[in-house]
Amino acid sequence: MTDSKYFTTTKKGEIFELKAELNSDKKEKKKEAVKKVIASMTVGKDVSALFPDVVNCMQTDNLELKKLVYLYLMNYAKSQPDMAIMAVNTFVKDCEDPNPLIRALAVRTMGCIRVDKITEYLCEPLRKCLKDEDPYVRKTAAVCVAKLHDINAQLVEDQGFLDTLKDLISDSNPMVVANAVAALSEIAESHPSSNLLDLNPQSINKLLTALNECTEWGQIFILDCLANYMPKDDREAQSICERVTPRLSHANSAVVLSAVKVLMKFMEMLSKDLDYYGTLLKKLAPPLVTLLSAEPELQYVALRNINLIVQKRPEILKHEMKVFFVKYNDPIYVKLEKLDIMIRLASQANIAQVLAELKEYATEVDVDFVRKAVRAIGRCAIKVEQSAERCVSTLLDLIQTKVNYVVQEAIVVIKDIFRKYPNKYESVIATLCENLDSLDEPEARAAMIWIVGEYAERIDNADELLESFLEGFHDESTQVQLQLLTAIVKLFLKKPTETQELVQQVLSLATQDSDNPDLRDRGYIYWRLLSTDPVAAKEVVLAEKPLISEETDLIEPTLLDELICYIGTLASVYHKPPSAFVEGSRGVLHKGLPPRTGSIEGPESPDTAPSGEPAADQPSVIPTQGDLLGDLLNLDLGPPVTGPPMATSTVPMGAVDLLGGGLDSLIGGSGSFTAAPSSTAPTNVGAPLGSGLGDLFDLTAGVGTLSGSYVAPKTVWLPAMKAKGLEISGTFSRQVGSISMDLVLTNKALQVMSDFAIQFNRNSFGLAPAAPLQVHAPLAPNQSVEISLPLNTVGSVMKMDPLNNLQVAVKNNIDVFYFSTLYPLHILFVEDGKMERQMFLATWKDIPNENETQFQIKDCSLNAGGDGHSSTALGSCASA
Amino acid sequence: MIHSLFLINAAGDIFLEKHWKSVVSRSVCDYFFEAQERASEAENVPPVIPTPHHYLLSVYRHKIFFVAVIQSEVPPLFVIEFLHRVVDTFQDYFGVCSEVIIKDNVVVVYEVLEEMLDNGFPLATESNILKELIKPPTILRTVVNTITGSTNVGDQLPTGQLSVVPWRRTGVKYTNNEAYFDVIEEIDAIIDKSGSTITAEIQGVIDACVKLTGMPDLTLSFMNPRLLDDVSFHPCVRFKRWESERILSFIPPDGNFRLLSYHVSAQNLVAIPVYVKHNISFRDSSSLGRFEITVGPKQTMGKTIEGVMVTSQMPKSVLNMTLTPSQGTHVFDPVTKLLSWDVGKINPQKLPSLKGSVSLQAGTSKPDENPTINLQFKIQQLAISGLKVNRLDMYGEKYKPFKGIKYMTKAGKFQVRT
Repeated sequence: MTDSKYFTTTKKGEIFELKAELNSDKKEKKKEAVKKVIASMTVGKDVSALFPDVVNCMQTDNLELKKLVYLYLMNYAKSQPDMAIMAVNTFVKDCEDPNPLIRALAVRTMGCIRVDKITEYLCEPLRKCLKDEDPYVRKTAAVCVAKLHDINAQLVEDQGFLDTLKDLISDSNPMVVANAVAALSEIAESHPSSNLLDLNPQSINKLLTALNECTEWGQIFILDCLANYMPKDDREAQSICERVTPRLSHANSAVVLSAVKVLMKFMEMLSKDLDYYGTLLKKLAPPLVTLLSAEPELQYVALRNINLIVQKRPEILKHEMKVFFVKYNDPIYVKLEKLDIMIRLASQANIAQVLAELKEYATEVDVDFVRKAVRAIGRCAIKVEQSAERCVSTLLDLIQTKVNYVVQEAIVVIKDIFRKYPNKYESVIATLCENLDSLDEPEARAAMIWIVGEYAERIDNADELLESFLEGFHDESTQVQLQLLTAIVKLFLKKPTETQELVQQVLSLATQDSDNPDLRDRGYIYWRLLSTDPVAAKEVVLAEKPLISEETDLIEPTLLDELICYIGTLASVYHKPPSAFVEGSRGVLHKGLPPRTGSIEGPESPDTAPSGEPAADQPSVIPTQGDLLGDLLNLDLGPPVTGPPMATSTVPMGAVDLLGGGLDSLIGGSGSFTAAPSSTAPTNVGAPLGSGLGDLFDLTAGVGTLSGSYVAPKTVWLPAMKAKGLEISGTFSRQVGSISMDLVLTNKALQVMSDFAIQFNRNSFGLAPAAPLQVHAPLAPNQSVEISLPLNTVGSVMKMDPLNNLQVAVKNNIDVFYFSTLYPLHILFVEDGKMERQMFLATWKDIPNENETQFQIKDCSLNAGGDGHSSTALGSCASA
Repeated sequence: MIHSLFLINAAGDIFLEKHWKSVVSRSVCDYFFEAQERASEAENVPPVIPTPHHYLLSVYRHKIFFVAVIQSEVPPLFVIEFLHRVVDTFQDYFGVCSEVIIKDNVVVVYEVLEEMLDNGFPLATESNILKELIKPPTILRTVVNTITGSTNVGDQLPTGQLSVVPWRRTGVKYTNNEAYFDVIEEIDAIIDKSGSTITAEIQGVIDACVKLTGMPDLTLSFMNPRLLDDVSFHPCVRFKRWESERILSFIPPDGNFRLLSYHVSAQNLVAIPVYVKHNISFRDSSSLGRFEITVGPKQTMGKTIEGVMVTSQMPKSVLNMTLTPSQGTHVFDPVTKLLSWDVGKINPQKLPSLKGSVSLQAGTSKPDENPTINLQFKIQQLAISGLKVNRLDMYGEKYKPFKGIKYMTKAGKFQVRT
């Protein structure tokens, strides 16, 4: 007889029948009935109506029956809270039972009954069980605290269970220690701020001892807990590593990965010259490789983590390329991950092998996988320069197969190869053009159009090709439309004579017939450029493009460092910080993410890049050159700083007229430049455009009417990703004669920051800190501190360009960081603004004559400067 | 920790659910069903699926999805390892793990699951301990239980759980004391068109079946322990001893267990015991293709290759195959397009071959992909890596046990590209 008999009753009144059986006098019948009830429950049938009858069976010596009733109780107590009270007495009695198994079972079951009324009765038995002489009961009780906390957190805190739990970390039994750690970790998760797991070297030692003796699951909890500890120096880090390394040989892959996390994290603290560092690196490779021979689900998680490890420390697995080769019957999710890691590991040494494999994959059945394989070939070309030629020829072979999606992917990656190695492989363009008709995916079409536009001068029939796309312009996706517009403008600039008509056509399609604001704006910009100054247009549109970088999809370093700390967790599977997706912490930490995202990537980026020059005025991190795009974003973020406050505060009203008029004349004059078809330009465009800009300046004028002590909102000067997690934002202010720099330091790293200091480079007005930077307490992760740093103007002077540029160095226990920022000139002005006539003249004369320039301000309304904003620059002015 | 577990069959029915914390509505599985629909095959369902409030982690074994529901940040490997352990336990308890068997033993299953986790924390996962708590059903026991009214739930504290050797139950007694060790090696390899090895590695395990009275302390030494540079041990193995002396020293669990698994990587030379000669060609013009495979021994150290089985997934456009084997039997399934050829033993004097023609769907062009050949085989009395056990000693007990060691080499994922 099997349990399936419990499912066979389909007659009406099943519940009624069970009820009768449950109240039967025969023990055997009772038990059978309870079994039937449980069986119904497991398949999701509602048998809660039998609650009182089942609870009546609880008072029994039969352990199996007791367990079955307990199972039932756990499931249904919540729906019958009043009835559940009936069970309490039995529980309390069972907690006193001489058999520790029964004691443990009782305390375990009580914790699973999620009824508030019952939890009150639970406290006393639980307290006893936490101090039980039998470790089996203690360890069960430890978990029970976590359960109780889940139901009623306040009660747990009030009853002091948390402290008892903390004491259990020092228990003599390793299993109890492990369960206490597990319970505390779970409780701590719902209280991110609490320091429940405050570890010190003594408790670490206890944990490391327990680590060797507890079960595999306990080892995972302990290792995860250890990973949160911050050793005080490299010696301690090394000794922990030494004691954790044996876990790498554990059969349980979760133990292995948690050990890898601890090692990867603490390795950061070890000096690379150390022999031990090298040994550790060597020891990490074999267990990671072994993870790949496990079941596919385990492989998947392992691969996601290896992906991070390979980015952080490529040296660990650089010789293990072959284990990532794809087997044809691997599940697709494993295949895709393996492929990704293969590319990350690709180097000159192994590129031949990798390419041969990729080519093999490109003939497989699964479309997603084939696409990714083709893309991978392109990425190899970009990553390993020596292989580029071979990659291109492999791609050409694949294009010859004429398999539609292969061809499209190949074209997309070839575009990237062109961007990396311009003027090298253009011979293949002819082959690409042959496949023009088969392209039906927007990305492939856009790529092809980009190629045609970029190399228009070498493709004889470029105009015909582009024209053919133009026919269905409105049916194309935005991506293709934008690309087509740009490509035709490029073509026009290269071959102006034959293509005038084409460019007119596309410009009017983009500006007049399209609803898409991006497309329209880009159309107008080109139009305006072409009509005002074709030479400038050429400079802008056909400017040299920055080469695309080696690897396009690397995880940004601060995020990578953060993720390394989360190896083995869901965060590492998603490659996102836990704050981005784990429930509960959402919203709290999410805000703290740096404002920059990868949104600037896109097909048009090469064209927008040249306009990065004006961004040089913006606060930027000094050493990096390649951050033009980033700075462009800053431009958006910090408008208050960009508007020179001096101009606006002195002539607030005039500004509008001045600029408005200027724009008018600019637009009015545009007709007369023309090589381009400005005659077709709808003339009404200029007006709204001009007035729009005028509005914009109105806005700044509004700002300008504020009083002299205007303080710009804080802007980010030093983003966290450039300063190993330290984010600095700030502004300058002037209050009652003293200048100060108001800073907010935010720690976005995972370690505590301390020992802050600040220094200014020499600057135009001799600005210097008047006091050292005072950060009283060390800055904990995710904390911010506001500081007002008083400044004076007695530092050494050097003329900067622009004049109000200030270069700052900030030091902390991690590193020294540099950034530069602009300070508004008004902070240098004295409040009263009045100066003795004599003194003014004397000062005026002190300035050499060659520094004097004269110009007239027209239409200046007199009431503008009327209310005493005639400010005077003070300080050791290094002459304007 | 682990909130709930759903068991789902291939048809998408939830046939068992278990909750260790509050009840999670089974509607959460809708997200899983969506993913299941998207995946072309059951094997391709992603193991981690996010939903707005939960995460679903699943393993697919014996045509059953074991789907765990978690709510907070829990190491996914921990969950997946646990799920595999659940499957192993079912298999251990019932011999096979299938929907029917699970339904037949639903109460035992439920009790076992209850013992395995408490509030989502693993409680007892060692089969030695579980079996003490809940006795596996046997025909005899069922009969006895029905007559005497006793149950299959033990009334014992799992004593082993608190000793220094939590994996071994106490008070073990046997009349025949025996210890058997199986050294089993699987070769994973990819062989390219021309027959050269692209990658090859050996996954080895030593499985033990130890039935010894009392608390025996065993040591196992190897002739060539250097081969083992990448090993994972059962928790019973004393790691320090291995580090310093390269000797396995341990107090074994009672019964069957995996003592050690190891990995011999591609850098060491891995001998390939078989070769496959193949000639598969499709022609563009005609709808006929040619197919010819021959299997032969390569580096077998004089041992016979048996249990050879060749499978190959044919392209979709293949309509049928007309083949003649020189030995064994072959089947081509025109629906799944899977060709399998059960070869049996390889006789080096007369190599087995399979020849014939392939008919393609009329009007389709030549298939783009080449079929990959999957090979299975067994070689008795050989560990292909060359690993050899030197000796096994027992301390701590007085009797003389019977000892036995067996070697075997098998094909793991052994693939030949064409």
